[in-house]
Amino acid sequence: MASEAFAFYVFGAVAVAASLLVIAQRNPIYSVLLLIASFGALSGLYVLLDAPFVAVIQIIVYAGAIMVLFLFVVMLLNAPHEETEYDERVHPLLRSGPMRLGAGLALLLVVELGWALSRSGDTGNFAGAAVSSVSAIGRALFTDYAFPFEVTSILILVAMVGAVVLARREERR
Amino acid sequence: MNTLLLAQIVLTLVVFVALLSSAAAMVYVERKVAAFLQQRIGPYLVGPKGLLQPLADVVKLMFKEELRPRAADAFLFALAPIISATCAFAAFAVVPFGASTTFFGLLSEPMKLQVSDVNVAILVIFAIASMGVYGIVLAGWSSNSKYSLLGGLRSSAQMISYELSYGTALAAVLLIANSMSLTEIVDKQAGTWLGFIPRWNVFYLPTGLIAFLIFMTAGIAETNRAPFDFPEAEQELVAGYHTEYSSMSFAMFFLAEYINMVTVSAVATDLFLGGWQGPFADSIGWVWFLIKVAALLFFYVWMRWTLPRYRYDQLMAFGWKVLLPVSVVNLLVTAAGVLYFGV
Repeated sequence: MASEAFAFYVFGAVAVAASLLVIAQRNPIYSVLLLIASFGALSGLYVLLDAPFVAVIQIIVYAGAIMVLFLFVVMLLNAPHEETEYDERVHPLLRSGPMRLGAGLALLLVVELGWALSRSGDTGNFAGAAVSSVSAIGRALFTDYAFPFEVTSILILVAMVGAVVLARREERR
Repeated sequence: MNTLLLAQIVLTLVVFVALLSSAAAMVYVERKVAAFLQQRIGPYLVGPKGLLQPLADVVKLMFKEELRPRAADAFLFALAPIISATCAFAAFAVVPFGASTTFFGLLSEPMKLQVSDVNVAILVIFAIASMGVYGIVLAGWSSNSKYSLLGGLRSSAQMISYELSYGTALAAVLLIANSMSLTEIVDKQAGTWLGFIPRWNVFYLPTGLIAFLIFMTAGIAETNRAPFDFPEAEQELVAGYHTEYSSMSFAMFFLAEYINMVTVSAVATDLFLGGWQGPFADSIGWVWFLIKVAALLFFYVWMRWTLPRYRYDQLMAFGWKVLLPVSVVNLLVTAAGVLYFGV
């Protein structure tokens, strides 16, 4: 058990430190790489929770597929440093348009996190053994949680169609 | 010390050294087969029949100067080849290469010929392969050279495109075997049909054969080998993502490429060709395994020196418009077959 606790603290520390460094970085390439490191540490935590399937899916989907696309975009945009031309002294909530919206969303996220943490007292009673089996996950996903699963896939489809519409070239008349 | 633990450590070391020397052997085989196909003799001066040629190559690479472009990102430039080589070695950890054995009574209880038995082994291989892309992409970006960058971008686009067909072909086998553990999948392929056809997944006609062909095609694309070696197309990109690399950091990319070939062949052997199944599989199963892997590796080399490289747009069109639809249909047919016949 001691080695498991040790591994937990190592993975936890790496995940938290890497996540903090993601937003502390000026170079977007390093931000992407640190986010991958953070995902890797999270997947280590899943292994400790006896859920190797979730751990591997975490690596395949997030670190292997989504982050490659992120890296792709950052490399193609060739943006080695974030733009720092705006006035740093003005509070983000008072800045123009998109920045105010972004700051508002960040504030909302912090409030939601605080609300979620204040309610998380009873996490001890879920079936830990069930998550390690692939067939159990599949059965739960396609029977009990079929509706949320389908709704999520429609959400992703909408995002995909949106991306295609945005990227479409205007036809010349 | 526990004998089983000691045996496990020895086994890990053996696998590591075997992978290293398989890369060296592949360098020799590659050069000899290439020479044979081009009616040359190939390496013959270093050692008997040129057998020490890989050693000479390694010594040469070690004594080269380690160069780094001034505008390169020093940290990532050093990290990229390490990521490539590490991922190449790590993927083999979950590949079983023989039945459980006691080594003729040497050990008290039988031990698995596999570094680590994970029940989602196939997905682990898939995950590590997808992490290997970062080595190439980062090498391309951090070199700060246009050829490297183009090579890196091509490689990531190619690997993402072919990973889909690769995964779908794998899923067909998972359906047939009804398991995600490579050991169980191999065990299910024991025995014969009608007394002479081995029960290998590749002989589950037609879906097993189609899945095998898709898996090998996508595997060649994943390992950036000819005819899909666009990341390093000499005529267009000098050497692609490793243009700016020299000495041992170049050797690490080289090593990673060959070990990835070995891993893809080993996984294909376990999934489709019955792994270590064959006559006397209990005692000399690993010999069957090695023979099958060697045959697939020869096929790899043969392909490289026979087929010309495709055009890049042809590669993308083939991956998305032919290979992916075929593999999805194949998966559906397999699922229907498994449901109907209950294999």
